[in-house]
Amino acid sequence: GLFVWHLKNTGVPRVPCRFVPLCHPGGDRLITFQYFNFLKRMYVTQCNNDLSQRAKPKSDSVASPFRELRQLDQEKMVLHKIRPISPVQQPSSETPSESESREMESAAEAEDSVTPVRAESKDDRQWREMKLQLEDLPGILARLSKIKLTALVVSTASAGFAMAPIPFDLTCFLLASLGTGLASCAANSINQFFEVPFDSNMNRTKNRPLVRGQISPLLAVCFAASCGVPGIALLTLGVNPLTGALGAFNIFLYTCCYTPLKRMSIANTWVGAVVGAIPPVMGWTAATGSLDAGALLLGGILYSWQFPHFNALSWGLREDYSRGGYCMMSVTHPGLCRRVALRHCLALIGLSTMAPVLDITTWTFPIISLPINLYISYLGFRFYRDADRSSSRKLFFCSLWHLPMLLLVMFSCKKSFLEKEDKGDLLSGSHGRAMEIRLP
Amino acid sequence: PPAHSRSDWIGPPDKLSNLRPIIFYEPPEESPLERQLREARQEAQACNQRFWARQNCAFRQEKEEFIYSRLKAKGLEMRDKTGQKATLNAEEMADFYKDFLSKNFRKHMQYNRDWYKRNFTITFLMGQVALVRALRWLRWKKKNAGN
Repeated sequence: GLFVWHLKNTGVPRVPCRFVPLCHPGGDRLITFQYFNFLKRMYVTQCNNDLSQRAKPKSDSVASPFRELRQLDQEKMVLHKIRPISPVQQPSSETPSESESREMESAAEAEDSVTPVRAESKDDRQWREMKLQLEDLPGILARLSKIKLTALVVSTASAGFAMAPIPFDLTCFLLASLGTGLASCAANSINQFFEVPFDSNMNRTKNRPLVRGQISPLLAVCFAASCGVPGIALLTLGVNPLTGALGAFNIFLYTCCYTPLKRMSIANTWVGAVVGAIPPVMGWTAATGSLDAGALLLGGILYSWQFPHFNALSWGLREDYSRGGYCMMSVTHPGLCRRVALRHCLALIGLSTMAPVLDITTWTFPIISLPINLYISYLGFRFYRDADRSSSRKLFFCSLWHLPMLLLVMFSCKKSFLEKEDKGDLLSGSHGRAMEIRLP
Repeated sequence: PPAHSRSDWIGPPDKLSNLRPIIFYEPPEESPLERQLREARQEAQACNQRFWARQNCAFRQEKEEFIYSRLKAKGLEMRDKTGQKATLNAEEMADFYKDFLSKNFRKHMQYNRDWYKRNFTITFLMGQVALVRALRWLRWKKKNAGN
């Protein structure tokens, strides 16, 4: 059975994937508010899935790009009406050029339009030539690398960078973001490369490029290599070796540990949570060059967040997981699933309190964040007690706005006196030097 | 796919296995390496098709049986008064899902190992074929440039 969240297709305009860096030290409320809204819109429309294969290549387990989502929803409606036509009769009437041009058209539609559904269901019913169309390549690669999810990963990393107690360095920030983004693309592509037959069988993932034969596995691997190698090199050489090492480790963890483990044991959830926690740590180490307590705390917050988010979502996908052979807590150990979710909601409260202790934020942070942390814990408790679809949905939706809000509050409560102090020293020092030079 | 086409064609998802069948193109001047690749891909496709068709069928069947037995235990019929098919809610189905997953665990493990091996072999062969073709093309270009 298909599990469809009730959230209807909100007619969300296609927001270009720009994320405004959180690092305006002045705390420009307008920009951060826009950023939050942007994220919220993305999150809200992303809810519409029935997946969560916890596809978090490098962090947020907010699974799929919202375009896929809307397509999925509409497609489901369309598929009910259309009977699959037997492939034998279809192609005899087409010449290759016709079908190619139709394919191109439909592919172009699929890439750009808001209602790609009709095109996709057409694709679904027809035989298509397996030739790579260069015009489609950017769209195909974007879907292969789960570009929207990558963008979220990069924004988590930039949150880590922003929270680090150093003066903001734009070059470093851009390099770190780019490197993280490339590494995430690589990890996502390899993940899709490994999972082709499984993706075909799950509703959320059956429209991926490799499943649909739009790209060959060889090309997917080459693309992954051409993103991963420069990405890690950029991080190691352009930022610092620690960040590069973390990036490489995260790619390894996601592709070689999490992906196979999904079908072997429920431990995959914990591994996946670590995968999600590493990007903000990377952002921090990119800024400071060392693995401080602050980095670990940020990582810890994201780690804990993954559990209510994923466990709540996977509660509704039990049928697909069971049929596809995925070992998830929600299927095999439902009690544990809910306990863990609740446990980590409460852990979030504890971690938020640690932030001022470690001098990352002021004491206003745990106070301001207490309401949202308590709310998610309350929903976690309801999920634990009721164990039904509505409580799992509520918890999932809450987790979607909870994280950006928490990070925003954290940033606005950041202890910036350290920066000011440094700047003061710098100024007076350079002033002195300038004076020396002038006097002959 | 049309007879004169020189590439592979991929079709709509199979009803049983949800996999998309591919019809491979056999060029007349196929090299042994290319033939090896094509055969590997055909074999993998057949294997995948068998596995998933069986899995999905078994799932559907066992699900029906489970629903039937549970409804019977509750004293209900498969179809209620209005003729609608009676279903169990998600919590009741959860037992079935758990059971199905654990029953098929070993099968899935074996399939995974098999699939990963095949996937790597096929991709590696693709790489080899691509390399050979690229070298051939370069040699041809050099020859033409020479002339």
